Amino acid sequence: MSTPLKHKAGFGWLLKMAWRDGRASWGRILLFMASTILGIGAVVSIQSFSDTLKENIALQSKELMGADYIIDSDKEPNERVVFLMDSLGGYDAREVSFASMASFSSTDQTRLVRVRGIEGGFPFYGSLETEPTSAAQEYQEQGGALMDATLMMQFNIQPGDTINLGEISLPVLGALKKAPGSNTMFGAIAPPVIIPHRFIGPSQLVQLGSRVDYEFYFEDTLSDLEVLDEVVDPMLDDENADLDTHTSTSSRLGRRYENFGKFLNLVAFIALLLGCVGIASSIHIYIKEKLSAVALLKCLGATRRQTFMIYLLQISFMGLLGGLLGVGVGLLLQQFFPYFLEDLLPVNLSLSVSIPAVVSGLLLGVLMSVLFALYPLLTTLGVSPLQTLRKQTTASTLPKKWGWSVFAAIFASIFLISLWLLDNVRYALWFVIGIGITFAILSGVAHLFMQGIKRYFPKHWNFEARQSLLNLFRPQNQTLILILAIGVGSFLISTLYFTKDMLLAQATLEDQQNNPNIVLLDVQSDQRQGVTKTIEGNEMNVISDIPIVTMRIASIKGRPVNEIRKDTAREVNRWILSHEFRTTYRSRMVESEELVQGTFVDSTTRQGVIPISVSENFVDDAGVALGDSITFNVQGVLMPTVIKSVRRVDWSRMEPNFNILFPAGVLENAPQFRVFTTKAGNENISARFQQQLVRLFPNISVLDLRQLLNILQDLLSKISWIINFIASFSIITGIIVLFGAIRSTKFQRIKESVLLRTLGAKGKQITKIVALEYLYLGALGSLIGVLLSLISCWLLAYFAFDTTFVPSWFPFVVLFPGITLLTLLIGWSNSRGVIKSAPLKVLRRE
Amino acid sequence: MTHILKVNNLTKTYRSGSKELTVLNDVSFSIPEGSSFSIVGPSGSGKTTLLGLCAGLDTTDSGSVTLCGTELSSLTEDERAILRNQKVGFVFQDFQLLPTLTALENVVVPLELQGVKNADTTGRELLEKVGLGSRMDHYPNQLSGGEQQRVALARAFSNKPQILFADEPTGNLDEATGEKVTNLLFELNKQTGTTLVIVTHDMELAGMTDHMIRLKGGKLIENETTV
Repeated sequence: MSTPLKHKAGFGWLLKMAWRDGRASWGRILLFMASTILGIGAVVSIQSFSDTLKENIALQSKELMGADYIIDSDKEPNERVVFLMDSLGGYDAREVSFASMASFSSTDQTRLVRVRGIEGGFPFYGSLETEPTSAAQEYQEQGGALMDATLMMQFNIQPGDTINLGEISLPVLGALKKAPGSNTMFGAIAPPVIIPHRFIGPSQLVQLGSRVDYEFYFEDTLSDLEVLDEVVDPMLDDENADLDTHTSTSSRLGRRYENFGKFLNLVAFIALLLGCVGIASSIHIYIKEKLSAVALLKCLGATRRQTFMIYLLQISFMGLLGGLLGVGVGLLLQQFFPYFLEDLLPVNLSLSVSIPAVVSGLLLGVLMSVLFALYPLLTTLGVSPLQTLRKQTTASTLPKKWGWSVFAAIFASIFLISLWLLDNVRYALWFVIGIGITFAILSGVAHLFMQGIKRYFPKHWNFEARQSLLNLFRPQNQTLILILAIGVGSFLISTLYFTKDMLLAQATLEDQQNNPNIVLLDVQSDQRQGVTKTIEGNEMNVISDIPIVTMRIASIKGRPVNEIRKDTAREVNRWILSHEFRTTYRSRMVESEELVQGTFVDSTTRQGVIPISVSENFVDDAGVALGDSITFNVQGVLMPTVIKSVRRVDWSRMEPNFNILFPAGVLENAPQFRVFTTKAGNENISARFQQQLVRLFPNISVLDLRQLLNILQDLLSKISWIINFIASFSIITGIIVLFGAIRSTKFQRIKESVLLRTLGAKGKQITKIVALEYLYLGALGSLIGVLLSLISCWLLAYFAFDTTFVPSWFPFVVLFPGITLLTLLIGWSNSRGVIKSAPLKVLRRE
Repeated sequence: MTHILKVNNLTKTYRSGSKELTVLNDVSFSIPEGSSFSIVGPSGSGKTTLLGLCAGLDTTDSGSVTLCGTELSSLTEDERAILRNQKVGFVFQDFQLLPTLTALENVVVPLELQGVKNADTTGRELLEKVGLGSRMDHYPNQLSGGEQQRVALARAFSNKPQILFADEPTGNLDEATGEKVTNLLFELNKQTGTTLVIVTHDMELAGMTDHMIRLKGGKLIENETTV
């Protein structure tokens, strides 16, 4: 043969054909694109917002701290720390801060606040935002207080009113709207009150056991902050002090928000995955309809590669367009986030477009579209040109090896994307395994269901019921795709509900007889009787009166802490080495504790090594085991101890719990203070009691657990709002996928319905057949989804949260029937046109 | 005399469940270049299968097909496709136009595959020739059956094929339209010198060709010159 068998049609022709073929199919592909748009929109919005937030935190790092760096400690600086500070040129401002009760002359109410006694020109960057603005400049000179703006509003306090802190009373000069160094989360529990440092002493609030922070601010633009971090910080560590630069603090803060962002990213990614189920189902139908065109093109001389490329290009372009629109949606959505998260953000956000988020959105659009379309797309390779002459009833199938390769590629990509989002191999792997198991179970159930109907077909059922069942397993049925779409959607929605239940259950204050709702901190030993009397005078009981002795670890397994600190390969968590432990002693374990290892020693004498009990958390963080020795420094006295038992502590119980527990007979004479717990019957009693207590014992801090719980729930609801918001994308995507899957089945069903009508079936009968079919699919898919989510949440509660999981009824009572009904409605509305039209009209249209 | 298509001892079997069905059994014939040729026979006699094998749309079990001097079994699927594109034209009973392409775009596909630069000009000329100059931008669903088949004819001749296979070209058309399409088909055949191979039930149409073979039960039972 003279002519070489080579094609001259190049890439341009492939693009032209992809465009020609695609332009007539936009309507069909719209649903496919809608499902990717929402998924990508969710991912991009979260990612772009996280990037912007991180960038803002880094840009505003100095304003966040108010200084270039801080040296802080939870005890008064010793000589060595003072020397180190002097060698750095001396501090430029200092602060003493602690939690204390405040009362207000105008209202007689009391509230736990964070007192910040400031001296010097702090903040050096940013400002104290007050109302009136002059208050920030005048409070030092005039000797007044700046009080948290929300607190002032809650207690209806006006500038000029008096705040009482311990033994001092100061005029409130203004409302504090923003201050560097104030933590928004903690600020809700103990709102800040700024006063001049000189009033701290006279207030007499700093007593034994008081948890006081000493902070020294430095304005120093010349020093190399990295060197300070590397050289000075370890020196300060030895003295139980710490150096934080504005850069290290902001990157730590950035990481904390990044973690939350990662979780949200995952929720958004689930929406995208769900959208991918939609891609797979719509492309499956789309390509099936294109097979005759593929056969014809091959007949006219196109090669297998050319026909494959035409549709690959088409789908890539659709993915890119979906990605582009998704990016647009995402960038628009991120504008709303600052409003949702206003109270939780540490900085004033100036939103910008994150280029990495935009690029990843576009790439995700193309990658996910192509990946999930690959399986049906590959079937084009096997289409024979002979189909132009002879219609083949069976769809072309892929060799099994190819099919598995596509699945492997999909899972590998999901793993890599999860890894990119989560930055943790183990979590990413679990996520992919979880997704795999969910999909496997759902498809397994769909297959079993079809096999079950085939094997045990109810022949005695009436015509409509039999026809509807037949539709579920006849050739080209959509049972699998619909059960997957409905099942995954229901699984996600109910998991969100169950998880919320679980989180709220953790934070719920059990309203039982002996559960305290008020905790009194820093009660001095000589105040014990007076406090007991005040409690009982308010018709309340002392539920517990716990002695507290503060101590630090001097050595672990014979190694001094300073030596461990220098060991870069240490297994001990940093906090263990510098923490001031608040420990107690008693001869029994309490309800929130469970012995997991060793023997609990109830009492001992001060001679020799003291047998102690530690919590499981402590064992993990300190890298110790039963029988290991620890020496404690109890306010200057070294006490050698040995771990005789390990306890599991239920930290979620809102009552004082301890990492370290001494037996009776050792610490009774050590300097100590006490923590009381009690229960107030109602809010009035609680308020009256707190007022009395603050008047009589101003140094005692009162934790009102009910108030605390309200704050926690408020925070939780703010966080769950954003989770729900992102999760709603999964729900909407689920509905779109459902709509798309049902719509694609519409074309499969039309011919059967028309044939039945032609043979004399009434419209009512066809409606019943269609309705029953979608009822089975909706009910089965949603029920399995809800049950799967119930099982996975139960496992999560049992293994991860170690809590009893009481699921809410919502998924069963609302979700299950709701999704079933929705499936039924969408299915029915899609078939209505066929039912109403005359058979010939529909056949002609087809 | 040069033969454009040579079929030697061609056998084709299909598997239907556990049974093997012999659709063509030891068929041999050859077609001279530039002639017209018809394959007739009752339904299920193997006509369409034979056409598919001759055009390289399917592979043989035994025997050989030599098309335009090339033994088809020596080519891969893609090579057979390219051979079709360069030397073969097709007309189908159900027209087989790409529904998402306009009439003109349908006609130029074989030319574009060859990388021909001014494919549109050739396409327009061909459509004018078949009387569809005013309907070039219409989609197949906007055309009648006869118009669709005329577009298919224009497409079939667009790549100046050496041989044209037509499978029941008038099967889906009414008598008058069928006649018009048949006349057009033979007219173009004469003008271009293309060899014409028609599979048909229509004995009148078969009678218009130079040669005719008759199949029955997969066997060649008659091979005659009609003119």
